[in-house]
Amino acid sequence: MSQARFGRGDRVRVRRADVPGHLRTPRYIRGHEGEVERICGFFANPEELAFNRHGLPRRALYRVRFRQADVWPDYDGPATDTIDVEIYEHWLEQA
Amino acid sequence: MSGHTHHDHHDHDHDHPHPTQPDVDGPLTYHQRLEIAVRELMIEKGVLTADEVRRTVEAMDARSPAGGARVVARAWTDPAYKQTLMTDPSRALNQVGVEVGLYKLVVVENTDAVHNLVVCTLCSCYPRAILGLPPDWYKSRAYRSRAVREPRTVMAEFGLEIPDDVAVRVHDSTADMRYLVLPKRPKGTEGWSETRLAGIVTRDTMIGVAEARLP
Repeated sequence: MSQARFGRGDRVRVRRADVPGHLRTPRYIRGHEGEVERICGFFANPEELAFNRHGLPRRALYRVRFRQADVWPDYDGPATDTIDVEIYEHWLEQA
Repeated sequence: MSGHTHHDHHDHDHDHPHPTQPDVDGPLTYHQRLEIAVRELMIEKGVLTADEVRRTVEAMDARSPAGGARVVARAWTDPAYKQTLMTDPSRALNQVGVEVGLYKLVVVENTDAVHNLVVCTLCSCYPRAILGLPPDWYKSRAYRSRAVREPRTVMAEFGLEIPDDVAVRVHDSTADMRYLVLPKRPKGTEGWSETRLAGIVTRDTMIGVAEARLP
């Protein structure tokens, strides 16, 4: 198991990838920038598990917090509203 | 429908059609067929018995939000327990005899400044171990797509208006975490026992579409 690449408070961007498979990164959040809220731990990669592979090495999973106003241009609510999404490290890049 | 009661049906001639409940025995989907095939094979090969399958389904259906309610009520009355619940939920659940299940739990606390709402946009991830089976609306496409995009409108449709000076935090349960909202303890419950408090902690308050309130 490796070290987590990002730490709490780091600014990250979700990769804007369009790949087939059993993905756990929702499309609406791809390409958006947020802040690491916490490191959830290391888990077997669900994108591999879905195809009956072992999913190893385990991947770091983060909770990333996004400002709703950044995610939805027409968001109807205060600027303090946020959305937290669980995202695997291989879907994140430094912002 | 006409105004007569069911009982009246037996006292008049059936000269008009009555609507019938449609049968749900249409063609099976691929995954329904797969489930039946695997289950029958495992029973035939003696890996499982039909009774074991039935008992497991019965146990799954019997899970309820009572476990979650017990955890919330304890956190409301015991600050040290609440601290454990926020930092090490698995340990906190074990302490009150609630089985954690396979997934890691994240507890998010509602305060005067923050309101939390849980959704799984990708499927219907839900903390079944502590809340039982998810409600149908939680699995609906409408809730899953709208809770992230217009959470305040969705909550208002559930009868919950969140003022603008309270931040709404939506949690999309996309991967390996499961979420429990720790609702605010309502005023007027001072001195209540844990059991009495647990009685006002409903499923919806732990998903975030409602607030706990006096009965």
